[in-house]
Amino acid sequence: MIMKKQTAAVLALAVSASLMTACGGDRGVSENGNGNGGNNGQSGTRTVRFLNFKPEIASVYDEISRTYEQETGNKLIVETAANNTYEQTLSAKMATSEAPVIFQVNGPRGYANWSGYCADLSDTEIYKHLTDKDSALVSGGKVYGIPYTIEGYGIIYNEEITDKYFDMADKASPLDSMDDVKSFAQLKTVVEDMQAKKDALGIKGVFAATSLKPGDDWRWHTHLANVPVYYEFEDSGTDLTENGVNEISFKYGENFKNIFDLYINNSTVDRKMLGSKITDESMAEFAMGECAMVQNGSWAWSQINGISGNKVTAENINFLPIYTGIEGEEKQGLCIGTENYLCINSQADADTQKAAADFLYWLYSSPSGKNYVTNKLGFIAPFDTFAANETPDDPLTREVLDWLDEKDVKNIPWSFTVFPSQTFKEDFGAALLQYAQGSADWADVEKKVVDSWKSESANLA
Amino acid sequence: MGIYLSFNKFTTVSNAEWVGLDNYKRAFNNGDFLNALWFTALFTAVSVVTVNVFAFLIAMALTRAIRGRNIFRTIFFMPNLIGGIVLGYIWNLIINGVLSYFGVDISFKASYGFWGLVLLTNWQLIGYMMVIYIAGIQNIPRDLSEAAEIDGATSGQILRHVTIPMVMPSVTICTFLTLTNSFKLFDQNLALTAGAPGRKTAMLALDIYNTFYGRAGWQGVGQAKAVIFFIIVALIAFAQLKITGSREVES
Repeated sequence: MIMKKQTAAVLALAVSASLMTACGGDRGVSENGNGNGGNNGQSGTRTVRFLNFKPEIASVYDEISRTYEQETGNKLIVETAANNTYEQTLSAKMATSEAPVIFQVNGPRGYANWSGYCADLSDTEIYKHLTDKDSALVSGGKVYGIPYTIEGYGIIYNEEITDKYFDMADKASPLDSMDDVKSFAQLKTVVEDMQAKKDALGIKGVFAATSLKPGDDWRWHTHLANVPVYYEFEDSGTDLTENGVNEISFKYGENFKNIFDLYINNSTVDRKMLGSKITDESMAEFAMGECAMVQNGSWAWSQINGISGNKVTAENINFLPIYTGIEGEEKQGLCIGTENYLCINSQADADTQKAAADFLYWLYSSPSGKNYVTNKLGFIAPFDTFAANETPDDPLTREVLDWLDEKDVKNIPWSFTVFPSQTFKEDFGAALLQYAQGSADWADVEKKVVDSWKSESANLA
Repeated sequence: MGIYLSFNKFTTVSNAEWVGLDNYKRAFNNGDFLNALWFTALFTAVSVVTVNVFAFLIAMALTRAIRGRNIFRTIFFMPNLIGGIVLGYIWNLIINGVLSYFGVDISFKASYGFWGLVLLTNWQLIGYMMVIYIAGIQNIPRDLSEAAEIDGATSGQILRHVTIPMVMPSVTICTFLTLTNSFKLFDQNLALTAGAPGRKTAMLALDIYNTFYGRAGWQGVGQAKAVIFFIIVALIAFAQLKITGSREVES
């Protein structure tokens, strides 16, 4: 029996010891120096660490780091955070001796969290070549973040399927092609009629699954929410560069509901089943031609194209603005902006910071760097080192550029960079899921949005 | 270091600023933490009972002379060899597959997630606990139960007065293991429900992780929660050792 007691005691020790290490694991590093900054102790070559935000282009960065080393002799180590875990990965890595020197923040809110780590970039070459100086993240007259790409999103549709619909003799919509769709009411007629004729069209539903699994619901609580919130800010004259929107009334919530209902009621998947759907599945449905439309952005082409058995050709892929039934929306364009700002770690030593700035300038100005940016990374680079013809040729990015050129269309900027926090977005996403499942009504969702925005803003203070 | 940090506001561990008890206040003022605490307590209570009862019953069955009992033991033990994340995703598929007949999925109600977790934990831990119980049962000297039989004890009485007291040491170990394992469950929780719907099924460990990594400016609060978590686990472990330890008997 004494043996047994000892066994239990040993077990107890082991468990509590492992608990302590679990709690203490992250912290071990801080004892050996302040631990920040790229470690470039070796003489000669300089090493830059970069924490990449976009998993879909991680392999391109591997190529870039090889080319960069060949051309300049400097080392580039790119690490990529898995989908939706950038902030976690960044805070874990920042505390280690292998902290990233180049990282990114998602706008004013992100900067507020990482301000202690953002170096002033006013004197860097890359900032001097930024076409629109206002687009940088500026605080107190200093530049802390530089946007590196412009992206757009809207409703992506497969013209092959919509044309098939518009060719039908018994269609309910009076229009002749998707180009004529200029408002929510017209879209609704088309979508609902298409849904009714889905078997004849050979699709499972008009819209791809509205992925509402926690962590995969950003297309709704962030991107879609941008539209009503933008109009609200427009009405109230809110200055977006300022980080002080502490309350919203969600006055265009009804418009959000319009389009959201359209998505979930005319989909490939029953609205009660959306809680386990992920974005990749939606994109796969679209790529396989099982649905005609999906809300996503210009970054999605590689994903669509990369799915084996892809049936959507580049000519047939188009963007439609997200119409929600707001007055004057005929002139509304896509949501175009950026939430990707590059920052340099101010806690790294001066030499490493310089090396990081040099790398960024190399990537956005040297011939091979620019080639990667336009052709492999697919960025619309906002720098004057790029000539007008140096733009990516993937169809969605082309569409974004076309919309940017449209004269009498007003594109919507990305207002969601001032959403108070990730927790706000998660609350919103969870409320949307409950609404889709029928366990909450729309008033609950609106209340949640208003309340959570308020309480999360208060938490930031 | 961890306890020190729980009194600080910090982004990464090297730039901490003293804020006193503020983090603890925010932890308790935040509904998520209390919800997670309650959910975890309930889950632990249910799974400790179910895991141990089932493990014990299976151990009883598999210590009888039945054909192929070694094969059964191996099969029952195998789930324990699969990692938590993988298990979580597998069960997520299974449960959603079953629930899809009813037109819902696991994120539909918090109770679905709860019973899903109980099921998963049972499936994973029963095999391991069973092995410990088998060892305990096999260690009971045969003459004890034979003597009881000769004295006219029914099999129920033998179970109650001979077998259970004799395997008390195994019970101690098993309840201890299931208790701590259920209490600090993380990967299974993350993979199976990820807190859906709306963080209602997030257990303590997941809530701490979310607070620490998922919320800007809340790292200190996450740390404070972790300290509270640690204290609770330590308290439960000691209390439990004392209670079951006193009920063990010498053979």
